[in-house]
Amino acid sequence: MKKKLNRIYNILCVIFALVFIAAMLLTVNSLPSIGEPTNPTNNVVSEKYLTDASWETGSLNAVSGMILDYRAFDTLGESCVLFVATIAVFIMLRRDEDSNPNLPTQYLNQSYEDEDDIIFKKTLEFLFPVILCFGIYVIANGHLSPGGGFSGGAIIGAGFILYLNAYGLDKIERFANSKTYLACSVCALLFYGLAKSYVFYVGANHLHSIIPVFADGTIFASGLILPLNIAVGIVVSNTVYALYIMFRRGGFNK
Amino acid sequence: MQIFMASLLILLLILAISVSFTKKLLPAVLIYMSYSVITSIIWMLLQSPDLAITEAAVGAGITTVLFFVAFKRMGLFKKALDEEKEDVNEKEVK
Repeated sequence: MKKKLNRIYNILCVIFALVFIAAMLLTVNSLPSIGEPTNPTNNVVSEKYLTDASWETGSLNAVSGMILDYRAFDTLGESCVLFVATIAVFIMLRRDEDSNPNLPTQYLNQSYEDEDDIIFKKTLEFLFPVILCFGIYVIANGHLSPGGGFSGGAIIGAGFILYLNAYGLDKIERFANSKTYLACSVCALLFYGLAKSYVFYVGANHLHSIIPVFADGTIFASGLILPLNIAVGIVVSNTVYALYIMFRRGGFNK
Repeated sequence: MQIFMASLLILLLILAISVSFTKKLLPAVLIYMSYSVITSIIWMLLQSPDLAITEAAVGAGITTVLFFVAFKRMGLFKKALDEEKEDVNEKEVK
């Protein structure tokens, strides 16, 4: 009986997969080809963004101008989603040492790499500043070149993970502990919220910010976009590092 | 360039199918990582370097690392190492 059910289940799986593949292929087949001028994506909206974004927001990177100026409220939601994701992982994986002193400790001080991996350490001695500088460059030039808060933050977070693996928890928790995590994330989110959540109250009307927009292609050209990019970058790098440390040891040391 | 693009897309297909047919977890994650790398090259060819940077950093870097840490916590690597050791021991015995 069970075998029969299993066989029916397998056949139904294959049929479902085939139907799904056929539906997807038919959908793709009926899509217009890439780059046609008559495609429905080439409408007023993208034209407006592409022609006006560079002088209205001062951001040469139209994507940055879009997500941090025209649609900055969406990006606030995305940053908050990242913060909430970290908190959800923290709820699921945290070690509550205060109320549960008898938790198993075999994972705590277990090193994931060889402690005396001299090649890794020496390589990272050169590479860590370079990774940090590249991340900061990507964030700070987010409105002038490809990149921005999300990609730069991910790069910096990955750099922190490398540092943790090379030098251990004790060394990195001098500057990356729960206090700095909370302070940086909350400050960045608060700043972002204060700078942009007025959109929630005024609707689609766009208020002019105090920071002037020069639109001359320098780093201060785009007014509020640079600080917003930095805030998003801080939130993303904190999230990446915090997710890693939750998975690894179930929370910060202190 | 078209041939390059087509070969990348075919490679994507092969990788996506081979992930679901890989029985061991570690090679599956590695294949998934190479899938991300190829996707980021495709973003680059489609002229969206923003997405390419993010895909390379998040898809290929951080997701893979998180998978590895989770496997480590579950003790999967240890099991694999033990099995390898057992295999070696058996071979030595034989």
